[in-house]
Amino acid sequence: MIEVKHLTKYYRDKAVVNDISFTVEDGEILGLLGPNGAGKSTTMNMLTGYISSSSGQALLNGIDILEDPIKAKAQIGYLPELPPLYLDMTVMSYLNFVYNLKKCKLPRKSHLKDVCSLCKITDVSGRIIKHLSKGYRQRVGLAQALVGNPPILILDEPTVGLDPKQILEIRTLVKKLGKKHTVILSSHILTEIQAVCDRVVIINHGQIAANDTTDNLSKSVSASNRLIVRIGGAKNEVLQAIREIDGVEKVHADLEREPGIYEFEIESDSNQDVRPALNQMVQKHGWSIYKMDLGEMTLEDVFLKITMGEGVHLSSAKKQMASGNIPESESAPESEPESEPAPQPEVESAAADVENEEGGEA
Amino acid sequence: MGAIYRREMGAFFSSSIAYVFLAVFYIAAGYFFYASSLYAATTDMSGVFTSLFLIVVILIPILTMRLFSEEKKQRTEQGLLTAPVSIGGMVLGKYFAALTMYTIGIAILLVYAVILSFFGVVTWGIVIANVLALFLLGAAFIAVTLFISSLTENQVVSAVLGIIALLVLYMLDVIAQYVDSLPVIPTVLNALSFYTRYYDFTAGLFDPASVLFFISTAVIFNFFTMRVFEKRRWS
Repeated sequence: MIEVKHLTKYYRDKAVVNDISFTVEDGEILGLLGPNGAGKSTTMNMLTGYISSSSGQALLNGIDILEDPIKAKAQIGYLPELPPLYLDMTVMSYLNFVYNLKKCKLPRKSHLKDVCSLCKITDVSGRIIKHLSKGYRQRVGLAQALVGNPPILILDEPTVGLDPKQILEIRTLVKKLGKKHTVILSSHILTEIQAVCDRVVIINHGQIAANDTTDNLSKSVSASNRLIVRIGGAKNEVLQAIREIDGVEKVHADLEREPGIYEFEIESDSNQDVRPALNQMVQKHGWSIYKMDLGEMTLEDVFLKITMGEGVHLSSAKKQMASGNIPESESAPESEPESEPAPQPEVESAAADVENEEGGEA
Repeated sequence: MGAIYRREMGAFFSSSIAYVFLAVFYIAAGYFFYASSLYAATTDMSGVFTSLFLIVVILIPILTMRLFSEEKKQRTEQGLLTAPVSIGGMVLGKYFAALTMYTIGIAILLVYAVILSFFGVVTWGIVIANVLALFLLGAAFIAVTLFISSLTENQVVSAVLGIIALLVLYMLDVIAQYVDSLPVIPTVLNALSFYTRYYDFTAGLFDPASVLFFISTAVIFNFFTMRVFEKRRWS
């Protein structure tokens, strides 16, 4: 069990992580989600005792990481962003070193063999780490975290650099590990979190933007009233007509998808169905509807909205974002607790990131 | 500490630093042994020990340069600092690994003394005191250069700064002569002089105060190294 209470980290006078609290129960997999630079790694480094917190407390199975670091660290298997591998060692001698370092009591040979086969590195166990590919190195890093069978696993972007097949394998592995271990997993890939984790904590600019189960997040998200409609007609006229419909809050014209047919994105009052009114309006003007879709939001949309600061109405979101924030650079995390900055350029790149990752997996 | 010690010993030999260090040390010691003992046909080895001081100044930084700087550069220190090991254990593991390598190096001098004993009478007390002095000198210097290695993530910078630092320590009494006219400072510099203390040993003077001096230097600098990691964690 991991308890994080009001964890805060200041670098000089900037709060990189600001008052973060959450708990992870035994046998639960928690996803730590956030754009690059949001404070995921910093949080994990504080949990593992690599850096100290400025204030707040992190308890690992009830042991305070700052008060009794050695005992607390014995509870953790940690895979940092960059696996701490000695490039001049062979995989096996490195794992042996980690085994000694962790003062492991399990039977050495069979345990290391198990770890190797779990991470699928048995065939490279005699090779020097320097000569391994990124994917293998990542898996050796994961193996290193598993040595000693620690009850808590903290994995910082464990699938970075792996090919699509390996990503799936690692996800399955993490899921399997999650049955016996308490796992925190960080990622900026949403599908990964959705596939693996029981619960998500979204961090943005050092603060918790949402903390809920993946199911709940998806539910609250699909409840949003968004329509995607293709209507054949003059773009601006249609736009104007839609706006006049009762209950429509926001409308936005997309590209011309087919000749003369535009796509519109409509957001409406959540307790009013605008579809009949839309139909009538279209008929009245002599246009026609070519497609109508309920725009269900994916976790991806939630994530982007939250990190962009566009106000998503999540029933259980701890902090609600105010829309129309001033853009701010990502490297300057906001320290005021109430206002969430909206880093427009960064989010675009984060979105691109996500797209790339998705493309790679398909 | 044991795990780190063993890894470092392995790394010394797999990275060839061990071979370079031992080869250069043996060549230098062999040459001095030939020049000041064999060629002069004497069993007095103090000349060898006096000359080795400068070799030690150059070789020790090479022995310790990568111990911490490389960890920092490769980010492997993250693995050590998040493992259930104390910072003290981590520093001392590395320190004793370097000290072991150094001891393997200076042990050759005992072999030389044994060789000499076939040709004449060796004053074993003095030889052993000399080896002990060289050992203590190394113990202090390794702590100093290990500290320097913990400050940078570049091996070359670590080695160069280490050599400069040890040269300054080597020349403390020379510097003292230059600042003779100033009050207090020359006295302090002379009191800290590694060379004078070491030279006394090679002349056959066994001074417990000097033993304590070298050991304290080692302890203090190892403590500083631990503070470096402690401070980095808290900043």
